[in-house]
Amino acid sequence: MVTSRLSKLYSWVDDRFKITPLIEFSRHKRVPVHKHSIWYYMGGVALFLFIIQVGTGILLLLYYQPGIDSGYESVRFIMTEVNFGWLIRSIHSWSANVFVFIVFIHMFSTFFTGAFRKPRELTWISGFILLALAMGFGFSGYLLPWNELAFFATKVGTDIAGAVPFIGDAIKIVLRGGEDVTGATLSRFYAFHVALLPAIFTIALSLHLLFIQRQGMHEPEFFKNLPENKKKVIPFFPNFILRDALLWLIVLNILLYLAVFFPWELGVKADPFEPAPEGIRPEWYFMFMFQSLKLLPSHVFFIEGEVFGVLFFTVVAFAWLLVPLWEIKSKSDKNKARPMTILGLVVIAYILIMTIWGYVV
Amino acid sequence: MNVKRRKFINILLGGGLLGWLGSVIYPIISFLNPPKVAEANVASIKAGLEEEFPINSSKILKFGRKPVILIRTNTGNFLAFEATCTHLDCIVQYRTDTKQIWCACHNGVYDLRGRNISGPPPRPLDEFTVNIVSSEIIVSRATEVS
Repeated sequence: MVTSRLSKLYSWVDDRFKITPLIEFSRHKRVPVHKHSIWYYMGGVALFLFIIQVGTGILLLLYYQPGIDSGYESVRFIMTEVNFGWLIRSIHSWSANVFVFIVFIHMFSTFFTGAFRKPRELTWISGFILLALAMGFGFSGYLLPWNELAFFATKVGTDIAGAVPFIGDAIKIVLRGGEDVTGATLSRFYAFHVALLPAIFTIALSLHLLFIQRQGMHEPEFFKNLPENKKKVIPFFPNFILRDALLWLIVLNILLYLAVFFPWELGVKADPFEPAPEGIRPEWYFMFMFQSLKLLPSHVFFIEGEVFGVLFFTVVAFAWLLVPLWEIKSKSDKNKARPMTILGLVVIAYILIMTIWGYVV
Repeated sequence: MNVKRRKFINILLGGGLLGWLGSVIYPIISFLNPPKVAEANVASIKAGLEEEFPINSSKILKFGRKPVILIRTNTGNFLAFEATCTHLDCIVQYRTDTKQIWCACHNGVYDLRGRNISGPPPRPLDEFTVNIVSSEIIVSRATEVS
């Protein structure tokens, strides 16, 4: 009875939108199975976390009120008065952090397995844009509770943008909505966080997913060189999707554990006329840049230290974005490590050392 | 003849499109740029009574929209500097243990003449003038007094 109704519904939809070829496409799509297959799941996990962000974000929107007094007070209200408000806010904060972490893992696994190579250059570039947007989400969302740490992190972050030669001042003023970090900045960050960034992110994410679906999963060199009968594969639908779903469930459990046992704190309300407190620091994913700026002297050669730092990170980010275009190809000697692998390891080591240093010292 | 006419139409349409784009983008860019809010032209502020201010302590004052740090040194002298760190805009504080001005954000240190002596700050802090008039502390912009 139910089955016949469902099949009727299916043929009604199929008649109008021709969905059978799409289902056939995903059924025939194959996902390689090999020793590095685990990395295929990272993108899916990131997508899941993004969906959680959208869901919890919409819930928080129902109570949050931007403003230098109402911002802090409304988050406190959410955490103390609203039913399960503490849980929703805590999940939103934890999920944001885990999301950025997984996106970093996803990016580096793509880098080390060489999945950015032809024909996937645009998938890499759209992925990098998504990472930048994710960090933008983090930076703008950090300020919304208007607490002391976020206030000074925003002052520093927007001032760094101001160090960009020629256009820096204009960028800083547009970001802050004026000369200083004030209620106007909070309004803007709110608009970026809940409207502008989600709109751009959705477009970039749609393209990223479209590219992946169109081109299929990347096969590493060693897998490509196997004879056809030795290549182990599983269907994308339902096998891969079901495994993905299981992992999503595990991630959801981890998130709930973190949110319940390590609830996200609100901190002290920001006061623009108080000195920056000791131990001021940005979100962990900005820490390596923060620590680098801290270590730079006031002048490097003839330019100011902060300008030098900003230029350095801008150049490195652009180089990273364009990796598929300038990749250093390795020589045929199999015993030697690939130059790009060494480069990736250097980048990871730099990020790790600077991040740990930032927290320890 | 036809080709010329087509070219003419193309230029007309292309120019029209550019003009249209400009007329859409220009107001948006201008809208993003916040209007300048007139800054209250503060020349000096009263910071309280001399005897209420302990030796070896400091206070952040509102000087118009800018924070200013007022310090009373060990010797009882009053000093005032712009409290915004010249590195990345954080608000500095007076360290009673080291007798220096310190920025917690990036570990920038200034001496009690406002000079950047270690860490990343590229410039000294602007100094303000402090006068005591009938035991009331008056902080004013250095340039206007001299």
